Amino acid sequence: MKTTKPEQEISTLSGIPLKPFYGPEDAASSPPPGEFPYTRGIHPTMYQGRLWTMRQFSGFSTPQKTNERYRYLLSQGQTGLSVAFDLPTLMGYDADQPESAGEVGKCGVAISSLRDMETLFSGIPLGEVSVSMTINSPAPILFAMYLAVAQQQGVAFERLQGTLQNDILKEYIAQKEFIFPPRPSMRFATDVIEYATRHVPSYNPISISGYHIREAGSTAVQELAFTLRNGIEYVEWALKRGLSIDEFGPRLSFFFNAHNDFFEEIAKYRAARTLWASIARERFGSKSQKVQKMRFHAQTAGCSLTWQQPMNNVVRTAVQAMAAVMGGTQSLHTNSLDEAYALPSEHAVTLALRTQQILAFETGVTDVPDPFGGSYYLEALTAEMVKAAGHYIEQIDAMGGVLPAIERGFLQNEIANASYTYQQEIDGRERIQVGVNAYVEADEEPLELLAIDDSAEREQRVALESLQQERDELQVWSSLKRLKDDAEGEANLLPALLESVKAYATLGEIVAVLKGVFGVYTEPSRA
Amino acid sequence: MSLPIRVLVAKPGLDGHDRGAKVIARALRDAGMEVIYTGLRQTPEMVVNAALQEDVQVIGLSILSGAHNAIVPRILDLLREKGMTDVLVIVGGIIPDEDAAELKRLGVSEVFQPGASLEKIVDFIRGSVKQIA
Repeated sequence: MKTTKPEQEISTLSGIPLKPFYGPEDAASSPPPGEFPYTRGIHPTMYQGRLWTMRQFSGFSTPQKTNERYRYLLSQGQTGLSVAFDLPTLMGYDADQPESAGEVGKCGVAISSLRDMETLFSGIPLGEVSVSMTINSPAPILFAMYLAVAQQQGVAFERLQGTLQNDILKEYIAQKEFIFPPRPSMRFATDVIEYATRHVPSYNPISISGYHIREAGSTAVQELAFTLRNGIEYVEWALKRGLSIDEFGPRLSFFFNAHNDFFEEIAKYRAARTLWASIARERFGSKSQKVQKMRFHAQTAGCSLTWQQPMNNVVRTAVQAMAAVMGGTQSLHTNSLDEAYALPSEHAVTLALRTQQILAFETGVTDVPDPFGGSYYLEALTAEMVKAAGHYIEQIDAMGGVLPAIERGFLQNEIANASYTYQQEIDGRERIQVGVNAYVEADEEPLELLAIDDSAEREQRVALESLQQERDELQVWSSLKRLKDDAEGEANLLPALLESVKAYATLGEIVAVLKGVFGVYTEPSRA
Repeated sequence: MSLPIRVLVAKPGLDGHDRGAKVIARALRDAGMEVIYTGLRQTPEMVVNAALQEDVQVIGLSILSGAHNAIVPRILDLLREKGMTDVLVIVGGIIPDEDAAELKRLGVSEVFQPGASLEKIVDFIRGSVKQIA
C-alpha cells in the first residue's frame, strides 16, 4: 500500500497494481464455504463450528524452564503447544559441542537427548494436548523422541495430535538451517510422511511453509507460489514412495505469514485454498475432500515489527492477526511486542495471547465464515493472486521442479531482489514505517526483556555428562550401527531412530552418523 | 583517486538468517565498495582468515541469534593476535543496548540495531575508513 504518491499508481505491499476503486464488474463470486475450491473456507460454518487453535511458538533456555512456560501458557488459555528449538538443536549439535558455544538456549529450547524431551513434556499429557514442533533438518529425530515420550506416557500413537514442520525445501530457499544435501533430506522428510501415514494417523507430518520465505523478504505472491510449489514437490516424493494421494494427502498442512497489507493477506489465504484444491484434484487426481481442503497455521509477521517504539508492535500484530482470522486460518501465533529485542517476556507473550482471545470473543469476526466474500476488491485481488502464483508455478515446473530451481538460485534471487527493493523503499521514504522513518521519537522507555544467560549451556553440559555415565553404551553403539545400515539402504529410518533415541543416543551422535551417509550441504555463496 | 573500500560481510555462528547481510552487501556494492560475503556458519577463525586473505578494511558482522557476546570478542582477539587492529569492525543484528556499549568498549566501531538505514551504514563506513590515495 504505497500511499505517498497520490497522482501515481497505488499498489499492494507486494506491488500488485490496484484500480482507483472496484465494482461489480471486477469479480465473479466464489462458491460457498465448504464447497470446492474452498476459496471461502474449508468448513461451512468455520469458527462457529470450531475456533482456530491459539498456538504460541515458544521455547528458551533449558527444557525445565520451557516446560514451565508451556504450563503457564496453557493455564492462560492457549489451546495448543508449539516448540521452538535453539540453533544448536536445529542444526543437529549437542549443547556440549564446540559449534554450540554461546548459542545454547538463546533462540529456543536446548534438546540434546530423549531425556531433555521427557523434561520438556513433563506433566503435559500428549494424548490430550496437540504439539507442533518447529524443526526441519533433524525433524525425524525429534519426532522419534516425541513418539518415545508418548510411549512412556502410555499414549497410543493413534491419539497423538500435532504437527512436525519437516519442510526442508524452504530451508534451502529461505531459512538456511540445512544440514544434509537436498536429495537425502527429501528422503528423510518423506520417511516421516510415510511413517505417520501408517502409524500416527491424526498427526500432520509436515507443515509446508511460506512464513520463512516471506520473512526472508519475498512478496505475498512469491510466498504463495513457492509454498504451493514446494507442496507439489513433497506430494511427488510421497507418490514415488508408493503412497497414494488420498492416503497421505489429508495430513499435509501449510503455514503462512500474516503480514501488514490487510486485504492482500486475506486474498492470499483465499487464493491458497483455491490453488491447492485444484492442484489436489486436477494435478494429482485426488477424489478426497480432505486432501483438497487446505489446512494452515499462520504467524503474524516478525519482520514487520520494529525496534523503535515497540508498543506500536501490539497494534501491528492485532491487525495482522485479524487478517489471518478473516482469511480462515486453522491455527494462529501472534508475535510479542519485544520481537526485535529478545524472545518474548512473560508479559509480552500474555498480551499477544490476549490479542487472539479478544479477536475471538469480542469482535464478531468469527460470526460468519469469509466475511469479505463477495467484496469487489477481495474477489478481484484473490483472482489476481491465483493467476500470478500460477505463473510462478509454471516457471518452476519448466525448470524441472523445486530442486533444479534451488540449484540455479532462482527462488533465492527472487526473494533477494524483493527484499532489496523493499529496503530501498523504506530508506527512500516511499514506504512509511511508523516510528522508523516517520514519527520518530528521540527518547523511549526501556523494555523489561527476557534474559537468557549462559547457565543453560552449563546445565545442559552437566546433564549430558550424567547421561553418558548412565546409559548402556553397547545399546547406543548397536542402535547407531543399525541406523547407519538403514540410512545407506532404502529403509524408512523411523524405526532405527526410535531405537537410537530410546537408547539415549544424543542428537549430535545421530546426526554425525547421518552426515557420514548423506553428506553435508554448503550453499554457493551468492550475495 | 582512491581505491574502493573493501568490506567483508560475515555471518558468524549458527544463525542462517541472511536477509540483512545480503541487503547490506548489495547496498555497499551499489555505493561503490568491493564486498566479499562469507556465506553462512562461519567460525571466528574463518572470518578473520577471510578478512586477512581478502585484505579488507572493514568487517561487517551480522548476528541475530543472541550469541554476539561469545562470538564478537573472540573475533576481536584474533584480529589483535594477527596484528589486524586497523580493520574497522561493525556489527548489525539483535544487540541490546548494554551489550552494544560493551562491544564498542572492546573495539567494535559501531553497532547497527534493527531499523538502521542503509545510507547511515554507508556514510559511517566512508567516514571512518582512511582512504589510500
